Amino acid sequence: MSIAVQTAPAPSTGPYTSGDEHVRTELSKIDRSMRGAAIFFLISSIFWLMAGTILALIAAIKAHSPDFLGAYEFLTFGRVRSAHLNAMVFGWSNNAIFAVALWIMARLCRNEVRHNGMLYIAGSIWNIAATIGIVGILAGHGTSIEWLEMPKYVTPLLALSYALIGAWGIMAFRFRKGEHVYVSQWFFLAALFWFPWLYTVAQIMIVFIPARGTVQAITNWWFAHNVLGLWFTPMALGAAYYLIPKVLGKPIHSYYLSVLAFWSLALFYNWAGVHHLIGGPIPVWLISAGIVASVMMVIPVVVTAINHHMTVVGSFGAVWRSPTLRFVVFGAMSYTLTSLIGSAMALRSVNEVTHFTHFTVGHAHHGVYAFFTMIMFGAIYFMMPRLLQREWPSATLIHLHFWFCAVGIGIMVVGLHVGGWIQGMMMNDPDIAFIDTVRATVPWLQSRSVSGLFLTLGHIAFAINVFWMLLPANRKVEGPTLLERRKEAEA
Amino acid sequence: MNNLPLLFLGIFFTLAFSWTGLILTSQIQFGKLVQTTEVLDEEGNPIEGDPLYPEQIVGLAQQGKQVYLDLGCIYCHSQQVRRPGFGADTERGWGERQSVPRDYILQDRVVLGTMRTGPDLMTIGDRNPSDDWHHQHFYNPQITSPGSTMPPYAFLYRVQEVGVEPHPRAVQIPEAFHPGEGLEVIPTRRADALVAYMKSLRMGYSLPEAPIIEQ
Repeated sequence: MSIAVQTAPAPSTGPYTSGDEHVRTELSKIDRSMRGAAIFFLISSIFWLMAGTILALIAAIKAHSPDFLGAYEFLTFGRVRSAHLNAMVFGWSNNAIFAVALWIMARLCRNEVRHNGMLYIAGSIWNIAATIGIVGILAGHGTSIEWLEMPKYVTPLLALSYALIGAWGIMAFRFRKGEHVYVSQWFFLAALFWFPWLYTVAQIMIVFIPARGTVQAITNWWFAHNVLGLWFTPMALGAAYYLIPKVLGKPIHSYYLSVLAFWSLALFYNWAGVHHLIGGPIPVWLISAGIVASVMMVIPVVVTAINHHMTVVGSFGAVWRSPTLRFVVFGAMSYTLTSLIGSAMALRSVNEVTHFTHFTVGHAHHGVYAFFTMIMFGAIYFMMPRLLQREWPSATLIHLHFWFCAVGIGIMVVGLHVGGWIQGMMMNDPDIAFIDTVRATVPWLQSRSVSGLFLTLGHIAFAINVFWMLLPANRKVEGPTLLERRKEAEA
Repeated sequence: MNNLPLLFLGIFFTLAFSWTGLILTSQIQFGKLVQTTEVLDEEGNPIEGDPLYPEQIVGLAQQGKQVYLDLGCIYCHSQQVRRPGFGADTERGWGERQSVPRDYILQDRVVLGTMRTGPDLMTIGDRNPSDDWHHQHFYNPQITSPGSTMPPYAFLYRVQEVGVEPHPRAVQIPEAFHPGEGLEVIPTRRADALVAYMKSLRMGYSLPEAPIIEQ
């Protein structure tokens, strides 16, 4: 266990502090050097979150009531749905990653960051490009390539901006101080390399110099699945590996399990994407390879679950009290569940039912929202007080945020999984008319719209809290904002 | 883990491995397929003089593909037929055989799709070659498919006052969905292109690797 102790980030004695005066001074210097850039990305991400939420609501309502805003071409379902996806992926998620992961990276590298001007420039280009891209989709310039809908005229801008940001992250790592490289740093570093590779290959082979026939589809799903697996997942897991021990003030349970989780994820995840093409017009051996990799994903998932669980065990009270950990542990548990469901969905017999249905849509939200987004929320709850040296203004708003989002995503995941399964079973029975499969999904799609209302309210509570906190007048420093008082404090 | 060269090599080779295995190998295995005839001669070559498949879609249909892409039809409609016994694609009449890589080689952008909120469209041109049906369906899907959740594409049509004589290309709209007395519904060029594209989606031919077996 001695190694495990070394590998942990400096243990903290309270949610605010590190035990070591020197470490504390060092961290607050790093936080100060990172403040402007991280807040810039954070504010951008929240604007995108709200925009993406509105687009999502429009798309969700249209899915069961097609006449809703039906006269507007730019809001037709196929466009507004893609605009939603891209606003969430390129707008909300990537800005949140840039804020959270670069900040944690800087902290773990224990060196004040330099050249922040580069981040402002790159971040501005990124957000301008994303805006042009999404307006382009609504205007009918979309590519209809899943997860790569933005028109090709924004690709160079996004690539340039990412190159600057990624290079900045790698430079921060290069000029780190301190001997040890912590598990979160491997995840961040790997993801910073993987994302541009995936993006470049996919853009070239599908959009700029298209490969022939269904090689495009394989490239598409290699990209789209790996954006989740090799970009969002390592970023969220890296944040969880940092935040759980940090808030609880104890080291991660096992160093060796985190090594195993990292390498098994790196090895298996990137073969799994072909499971989106089961039964499709590609060689069967490719599909089999994708299924094997999808099932092998059980290893990193279970290993991560054990490692996180064993770290948290005995501290559930602290998890429930801490806004950060309540979100992060919700996300980590969702990671386990959604990944195991994902592995099951790759089996041919299950896929025969779930493929082409809303089940997959439910699964995507289970991963990107219940896992990734919830961990990012948790990380933001941890980051903001340290960057701004002030506390969250309202515990009530955090409560509302958590419960609206937790209940909302719960309704959506259950509704789409059940509705999708029914849809798939009916579709595989040729005696049932196709139009009846459509009619059968309507109540489940309505439940998704209800879940969307919950999520919208949660996001509004979150946004109010963030902007309220940013107001200079808010100088509350009476100690951390917790979701429940400690019992001992009351006594 | 402080062995950084190992970390970098691992990061590089894990992704290089899947890229090679999935994409490069596919490109080598079937990235250079060409058109061929329905059956091959004894030496395994295409028979000279026989028509080559798949056929290239041209003209208006090609423009219709662009409309299909810009409206995002792919998010509810797939274009792939699975083999008999896996799902009910053939039983539903969506194709007499499964679709194979060669069926897609002439498409600049392959739109297999991953959703069947609506039915598969790989063979919609074989199943429903009627211009009137498609125009009514696009103008308002409830006319032809009551209960459908497909959005109306009325913005692809021009509603105008009837002149001295009714427009020869006016779409027949039933009373309940009609925009009003003295008005008529005329397809725009994009609507015509989209319908031409729908009619071009056909798979009534055999391929050597995927023959249509007469029942």
